[in-house]
Amino acid sequence: MVKFNRFTLDNGLRVLVHEDHTTPMAVLNILYDVGARDENPEQTGFAHLFEHLMFGGSVNIPSYDEPLQRVGGENNAFTSNDITNYYITLPSSNIETAFWLESDRMLSLAFSEKSLEVQRNVVIEEFKQRYLNQPYGDVWLKLRPMVYKKHPYQWATIGKELKHIEDAKIEDVKAFFKKHYTPQNAIMVVGGDINLEQVKQLAEKWFGPIPPGEKYVRNLPQEPEQHDERRATVTAKVPLNDVYIAFQMGDRLDKTYYVAELLSDILSRGNSSRLYRSLVKEKQIFSEVHAYMTGSLDKGMFVFEGKPLENISIEMAEAAIWDELEKIKTINIPADELTKVQNKTESTMIFSEMSLLDKAMNLASFELLGDADLLNHETGKYLQVTAAQIKELANNLFRKDNSSTLIYLAEKV
Amino acid sequence: MTIDRKQAPEFRAIDNINLLRPAHQALDNGCNVFCFNSGDQELVRIEWIFANQRYNPEKPLLNVAVNTMLTEGTNNMTQAQISDKVDFYGAFLQVDYGYDNSLVTLYSLNKHLQHTLPVIKDILTDSIFPEKELATYIRNQQQKLQVSLQKNDFVARRAFNKALYGDTAYGLGADADTFKTLKRDDMLAHFKQMYQPSNCTIIISGKIEPQILELITDTFDKSWTNPDIKPDATQPEIKPSTEHFYFTEKPDALQSAIRMGLPVINRTHPDFPALQVLNTVLGGYFGSRLMANIREDKGYTYGIGSGMSSLKHAGAMFIATEVGADVCKAAIAEIEKEINLLKSDLIPEEELSLVRNYMLGSLLGSLENVFSHADKFKNLYFAGLDYDYYDRYVETVKTISAERLKELANVYLDFDGFYKVIVGKY
Repeated sequence: MVKFNRFTLDNGLRVLVHEDHTTPMAVLNILYDVGARDENPEQTGFAHLFEHLMFGGSVNIPSYDEPLQRVGGENNAFTSNDITNYYITLPSSNIETAFWLESDRMLSLAFSEKSLEVQRNVVIEEFKQRYLNQPYGDVWLKLRPMVYKKHPYQWATIGKELKHIEDAKIEDVKAFFKKHYTPQNAIMVVGGDINLEQVKQLAEKWFGPIPPGEKYVRNLPQEPEQHDERRATVTAKVPLNDVYIAFQMGDRLDKTYYVAELLSDILSRGNSSRLYRSLVKEKQIFSEVHAYMTGSLDKGMFVFEGKPLENISIEMAEAAIWDELEKIKTINIPADELTKVQNKTESTMIFSEMSLLDKAMNLASFELLGDADLLNHETGKYLQVTAAQIKELANNLFRKDNSSTLIYLAEKV
Repeated sequence: MTIDRKQAPEFRAIDNINLLRPAHQALDNGCNVFCFNSGDQELVRIEWIFANQRYNPEKPLLNVAVNTMLTEGTNNMTQAQISDKVDFYGAFLQVDYGYDNSLVTLYSLNKHLQHTLPVIKDILTDSIFPEKELATYIRNQQQKLQVSLQKNDFVARRAFNKALYGDTAYGLGADADTFKTLKRDDMLAHFKQMYQPSNCTIIISGKIEPQILELITDTFDKSWTNPDIKPDATQPEIKPSTEHFYFTEKPDALQSAIRMGLPVINRTHPDFPALQVLNTVLGGYFGSRLMANIREDKGYTYGIGSGMSSLKHAGAMFIATEVGADVCKAAIAEIEKEINLLKSDLIPEEELSLVRNYMLGSLLGSLENVFSHADKFKNLYFAGLDYDYYDRYVETVKTISAERLKELANVYLDFDGFYKVIVGKY
């Protein structure tokens, strides 16, 4: 149970407060409701590039990191297809420094040309390091456009291509800030060794004077249902073949979301899971094989990924995955197997309460979904899922005409 | 209310850091148990830690393979049954091979511990390393290795360790053929010698009610006995390579991995905390000189850092990064420049005070929950140190002078003596 209080400033900024006096630390987490899905198709990678620029100095404070390190704090941020999240941890006695820094960059950035130039280069190196200079690194750049034909999930957060990053202009940066980095578009969570009154006072002092800005109304093209089997094959300088099969699935608020999580756990969570046991251990088809879901806010992906052993053909490997899917579609799931994944979920939720930062991020994410208190009802939702629902969902999802298969072939040298 | 946003709020420096200390209990079979009892959640983490056995160059993978395969079956349970049982009770069972010690870790809700503990007992006393599972392990490891060997940073790290540590567990870089040296009989013998109570330390952290502790000690005391053969945790002498430069060319590389550094003292040496301050200034945090120069000013890389590794029989300081292939030489020149600056110029007080506060905040922040307190204890215990180490550490961070740091840079950071590894283009 993660207890919290909530208030909203006049400018629309939502603030959640979670007191935890077992630690001498505090955390300040700000989630901005903007991700790669909000980008212009001709300027992809922008939300993430922008995240880098948020560290390039704000209107009144030339350096973001330096004053924070000086008070013993650390920070980081990440961008996904849905959100951009920034967080600070620091000794609780210095919490005001976090308010000062975060409020100034919500007020306005410095928009320095030098910062833009350097961060363009840094992000280009990140693009190379993570996506281009790694074996299989570009898989998502290829798989996303197969699954999504209309929705902006068709590009990865890093962007479609290096050129979009290279072309970023300071005017674009300013426009992006004005559109998305407003109090009404943000959720702040303050947690740790702090108290509600103190947070109210500091929030009013530092964030209260920021103008509300204009409300961003999201209107994204929706992804139509898939009714055609999609396939592609690429050959690259990698040591092993690799098979990816992605299925469209519901969005985060879809009633089958929890069913899908347990379905993926039964298939692939841990060494007792079906894919590992059957395809790695018993039939010895793959050296590794996984199933997982992207968990995105809009229509998601349920993905299978496996590297077949060298004596196994791609056809056999694919067929072996489909065999497992047929089993879960046709044979009832034993009660013990369902209890197992439910127990695992329950203990995962309890263990996650050991981390202050995890709690703060979770509160922010659930507030974005509509109500932070949903976090405290998660376990119950998993416990309500039935074996019949899982089987039904498997039948709805795992259809050839809902699949996108990407075969990644090792180039023979 | 008008506020001056240009003015940083007042802040307080951290004066003391309270570390939880464990309760100790020695079992009759020679196993030492340490308890960190704290926290609100009804759960525990239990670690069984065993000193690795002497490295055998003919059979270099025994320590890691035996550890990794502990979950692959016993006389009573198959791999499938072990994982079923652990997962059914919502527990997490991990095995982790480290350079000096091998760990078995159980995360369990207290209410299920009576069901999960016997599984651990079984794998620690009765693992059989079935031939079939061994064959699968070898094949899958060989495949994974092929992928890793395509990653420049992985190749660079192996070459670097090989140069510093030679033919020891620290320097080992297995290839596909190395896995063929693994034989079931050797593993059984190794298992028997290593996984015995007198070679084991148990560390429990979480909410330890008396009946929980009793359950654990009952399971791992009287009914767990030492075999005739004694463990042997001595290690062969380390002989660093005489060659200091290694370049592996990858013609298609977009980036080059760089790893460089040299053997230095480890945590047991009095200078270690001071050298950690120097390391932090150089490349140990986001605002470090290497990051400020090579990422934030030049944009050559997504990330660069320096670090110190403290092992039982060695210590090293290293710098690692992946940089654009066309700027590899330029990046190395900048690294050299930063090292030389530490040797020629005093670190300005403004920067040094920032690093002091950052390091203390970072230590405080690393004590997130009771598990982290146990982790701090492990750093000390396995290095043969006491809690006064952290007192000295805090004192050093607060008071070390710029003059002393310059001296240390001149003692320890000889750029010409660095081992330098480049994988990609140069």
